[in-house]
Amino acid sequence: MARVLVGVKRVIDYAVKVRVKPDKTGVVTQGVKHSMNPFDEIAVEEAVKLKEKKLATEVIAVSVGPTQSQEVIRTALAMGADRGVHVEVPAAEYELLQPIHVSKILAKLALDEKADLVILGKQAIDDDANQTAQMTAAVLDWPQGTFCNKIEKTDAGLTITREIDGGLETIKTKTPAVLSADLRLNTPRYATLPNIMKAKKKPLKKVTAKDLGVDTTPRIEVVSVEDPPVRKAGATVADVDALVAKLKEGGHI
Amino acid sequence: MPSQITDNVQRGNYATLTDKDVAFFEHLLGKNFALTEDLEGYNICFLKRIRGNSKLVLKPGTTAEVSAILKYCNERKLAVVPQGGNTGLVGGSVPICDEIVLSLARLNKVLSVDEVTGIAVVEAGCILENFDQKARDVGLTVPLDLGAKASCHIGGNVSTNAGGVRVVRYGNLHGSVLGVEAVLANGQVLDLMSNFKKDNTGYHMKHLFIGSEGTLGVVTKLSMLCPHSSKAVNVAFIGLNSFDDVLKTFVSAKRNLGEILSSCELIDERALNTALEQFKFLNSPISGYPFYMLIETSGSNGDHDEDKINQFIGSGMERGEIQDGTVTGDPGKVQEIWKIREMVPLGLIEKSFCFKYDISLPLRDFYNIVDVMRERCGPHATVVCGYGHLGDSNLHLNVSCNEFNDEIYKRVEPFVYEYTSKLKGSISAEHGIGFLKKDYLHYSKDPVAIGWMRDMKKLLDPNGILNPYKVLN
Repeated sequence: MARVLVGVKRVIDYAVKVRVKPDKTGVVTQGVKHSMNPFDEIAVEEAVKLKEKKLATEVIAVSVGPTQSQEVIRTALAMGADRGVHVEVPAAEYELLQPIHVSKILAKLALDEKADLVILGKQAIDDDANQTAQMTAAVLDWPQGTFCNKIEKTDAGLTITREIDGGLETIKTKTPAVLSADLRLNTPRYATLPNIMKAKKKPLKKVTAKDLGVDTTPRIEVVSVEDPPVRKAGATVADVDALVAKLKEGGHI
Repeated sequence: MPSQITDNVQRGNYATLTDKDVAFFEHLLGKNFALTEDLEGYNICFLKRIRGNSKLVLKPGTTAEVSAILKYCNERKLAVVPQGGNTGLVGGSVPICDEIVLSLARLNKVLSVDEVTGIAVVEAGCILENFDQKARDVGLTVPLDLGAKASCHIGGNVSTNAGGVRVVRYGNLHGSVLGVEAVLANGQVLDLMSNFKKDNTGYHMKHLFIGSEGTLGVVTKLSMLCPHSSKAVNVAFIGLNSFDDVLKTFVSAKRNLGEILSSCELIDERALNTALEQFKFLNSPISGYPFYMLIETSGSNGDHDEDKINQFIGSGMERGEIQDGTVTGDPGKVQEIWKIREMVPLGLIEKSFCFKYDISLPLRDFYNIVDVMRERCGPHATVVCGYGHLGDSNLHLNVSCNEFNDEIYKRVEPFVYEYTSKLKGSISAEHGIGFLKKDYLHYSKDPVAIGWMRDMKKLLDPNGILNPYKVLN
């Protein structure tokens, strides 16, 4: 029986078109719809499944960020997590918060909450860093199982199938451990109406990074955020000869 | 797939396409835009139910070219079928015999979108989704949304007065279309464009081209009033135990969500399950209920809307009308839930032949016909189901079978039309009459009205070259 800590990050919704701020200091977040990082949804789903299979006793959802981060914790609670911890970081400071800070926060919480398992999304779709799970394992000095495709409980610990280049790798690990969820681990459930109602009454604790003794002083400076180059429009050519001529002209063949 | 429905059509007294005609069109449009090979996609309807035998597809790039084509065809008495995205469900956009296909696909530009007045001017061949994207770039939206949005053309939508999932909020195209440019059978360009909501000068002739399915003229351009796109969109997908609960929930939605309600859709269990079986990527939030509703709100203040929809759902659950479901304002989740509704009609045709009926019925009697039809078809049909735009009293009744089956055909038609007529419903709520329903027009239209329709057709297209074998028999 284990206690599971899951990380849930609030990011710009994947269906929203992201726009760069005119002063190039970042992307526009004001008035933009946010939701839970899709890989974190998979992590929550897996944790809730472990609980349903009686392999976990409690699921704690953690989000680090400004006040609005509580929205994604509520979503996790509606999906089946038992309680939430919101580590408040003011919006201005949050922009420069990095995986190193978040992993220290998660590691401290994992110890405080006596978690046996930390499950995180493999990466967040906003900064695409793919570092937090690995760093959290390092800070805790726990084994890590990244890019999980399948998680199975065995007597000695866990058997994990990992997504790797060109195939799957199966590893065994002891617990406590840090895992990161890949796309095919599961299909996250929708929060259903009764559970959305129940989630409103589940406990949500608020702490600050300082309370946890983690220094969140920025370690980077954003120099510039740029739009990707605009794809140039194609052209239609009359026949194969014209195509070959064009390709030669452009130095492609 | 069968084409027996077109087999017994008597070809009209039209000229036959000659090499000289083809040469004329090649000269007019250029060889690339007068196609004589690989015409399968133009000849066969979306449901693969009707197959024409056209030998020529023309793709004009300007209104002037459309005009020149029709002038020539009118003089030569060559029949023409105008074609947009060819997503119609009543065979209105495919040739029945050997009509020349006039594809509007190259007239695909959004000419202007005015974010102050909300008025957009667009060419007929613009794909609905592309049009909507242009409108959204300046904070507006096209007041029309339907499953075929990624392929259907706005000109085809207007010509068929297409409905879709937003009619409950924005009304139909007779209200949103401010003006049209149409080319008449003789090649005359009729400019009925208007950039104003108010224009009471003379007969409102634009309406003749909205919903007349290309039988009176070819729409080449139009102006449309586009509402502002909503800042907050919430979607609820709920399960209900009876149709009575569906009606109660609908009334409650109108009462409690009135000004923000933007869609109210019904899906029955069999329709949903068929889609889920066919498309494994779909993920339904709930299962095990005989009825499902998709309710969408669009408003300007997310917090207010969320409060309203939560209250609406909460009270529905307390009364025992709503059993379970989900509600979300996350744009990605909203899209995923809409995907379920949009895939329902495709699920039914994915591996089967499907008789589709699109009827308006009084809400009290809305769903009965599905049960009646299931009884009538018995084991001959694989799926008999209903879904559709509950908010507009518009039911899509579907009867699926493994392949075209004459036995079912006879059991279903004309019964479904007689049934609808008895309830004073419409035998075609939004799909139009096209080829498939022309023999049944009289179930919804009075003989005097049909007589005047014929006279109007004769007046505007004396040679009958525009979209023959459609709408009127």
